Amino acid sequence: MESPRNLRYTNTHEWVKGTKELKVGITEFAQEQLGELTFVELPAVGDSFAAQEEVGVVESVKAASDFYAPVSGTISAVNEELQDRPELINSDPYGEGWIFKITPDDEAELDQLMNADEYEEILPQDD
Amino acid sequence: MIPVQRTPLYEEHVRLGAKMAPFGGWEMPIQYRGILPEHEATRTASTMFDICHMGELEVKGPTATADLERLLTLSVSTLKPGQCRYGYLLRDDGGVLDDLTCYKFDDEHYWLVVNAATAGRDADWIRVHLSEETEFEDISSRIAKLDIQGPTSRQGIEKAIGAALPDLPYFYSEPIRVMGIDCLLSRTGYTGEWGYELYFPAAEAVSFWRLFLESGIQPAGLGARDTLRLEVGYPLYGHELRETQSPVAAARGNFIARDKAFIGKATVLRELSDGVPRYLAAIALDGKRAARDGDRLFTDAGEVGVVTSGSLAPSLGHAIALAYLDAGLCEPGTRLEVDLRGKRLPCVVVTLPFYKQGTARNKKTTG
Repeated sequence: MESPRNLRYTNTHEWVKGTKELKVGITEFAQEQLGELTFVELPAVGDSFAAQEEVGVVESVKAASDFYAPVSGTISAVNEELQDRPELINSDPYGEGWIFKITPDDEAELDQLMNADEYEEILPQDD
Repeated sequence: MIPVQRTPLYEEHVRLGAKMAPFGGWEMPIQYRGILPEHEATRTASTMFDICHMGELEVKGPTATADLERLLTLSVSTLKPGQCRYGYLLRDDGGVLDDLTCYKFDDEHYWLVVNAATAGRDADWIRVHLSEETEFEDISSRIAKLDIQGPTSRQGIEKAIGAALPDLPYFYSEPIRVMGIDCLLSRTGYTGEWGYELYFPAAEAVSFWRLFLESGIQPAGLGARDTLRLEVGYPLYGHELRETQSPVAAARGNFIARDKAFIGKATVLRELSDGVPRYLAAIALDGKRAARDGDRLFTDAGEVGVVTSGSLAPSLGHAIALAYLDAGLCEPGTRLEVDLRGKRLPCVVVTLPFYKQGTARNKKTTG
């Protein structure tokens, strides 16, 4: 599956867009693995997280999965629409299915993230 | 390691774009369009499930009835020809080797329909407990099984095969012919809806599957099968039932004929009379976030139970769970908390089934 070239990625299958304020969601691969999402637990605006810290939970009929902060920072917005329509993550993971925005403490941490080519390397090859 | 097996319909599932995953030693379709639409279609119309992975064990001969009576908790001798009945296969200590359905054809001919993961172990156990004159054969590899379930399943099958189905009462079976092939049809299932289980020669699996598919019956996977069975409170072997525990905590006295001798009876009777520390209870959560197998239940006094199955109930719009719960707390209405990886959510004991509009036991088809 093709990952958008303009995004950066984590090894826990989040995508990240931007530099000053980062928009974050889960990747096409992650939503496909989980199946139909039924519930999203969002963080609160103003909460601070360290990089790789658990930020919230996405849950499907079959499984629950945490999502993580791609960098250290403070939550500046959450996608409230997901409370009623978690399936937006399935239908449009890189668009309407975004989950939260985070303002990084240190933009240099963005260098730790993968580009699309590097992310696709970690995905299973048989699909 | 035992290699993962595939049913004769594996290629059909792949062709339909099913998401495949291992279940009970078999590579099975979990979903096609999605668990939620497949669940909904089963509640409101009808769907078919590839259940070829389950086992069929044939028991024949003049001593078959007496042997099965001793092996199974259900009453075998009171079965009428064509009738089937659900019950347990127990170890000497009462531990549940399997839950199964016993089909009677006549006084000397029975089938046991057993879970996929336990079929081999069941066969081994049964073989060594049979009289010399009883014939036993594991016919699983020769028999295909499709479950066609839902309020319109009768009309769906009749349209596909171009013939009327017999008026079967719940838990009765009859031979039927489909495309000139002898089959067995029973009015049974694992969804809580009006429906059928169709047994037929494995060589016909693909042609039957396509016949039903082309006549408009949508496929459903094991994902929907699990949410459907959970909404009506049916146990799943390996979750609610296990080898290290008698069926008393799960079923209390149900599916157990106390007026006969059977293997494991001493433990069952003792536990029925003395009680057990925990019983299977139905738990409802307010929201959609689900408890899962292994999540723990609490009151202010501490841990009081553990979840064995849990999911969003698609037909109810909130999460539900089955759990082993301290005996004193099983009264419906009892408030508890469930720990979901460190977060405590309120939940309440309710009565089974969770979903009460199931059509399985209706006298007439509603389709």
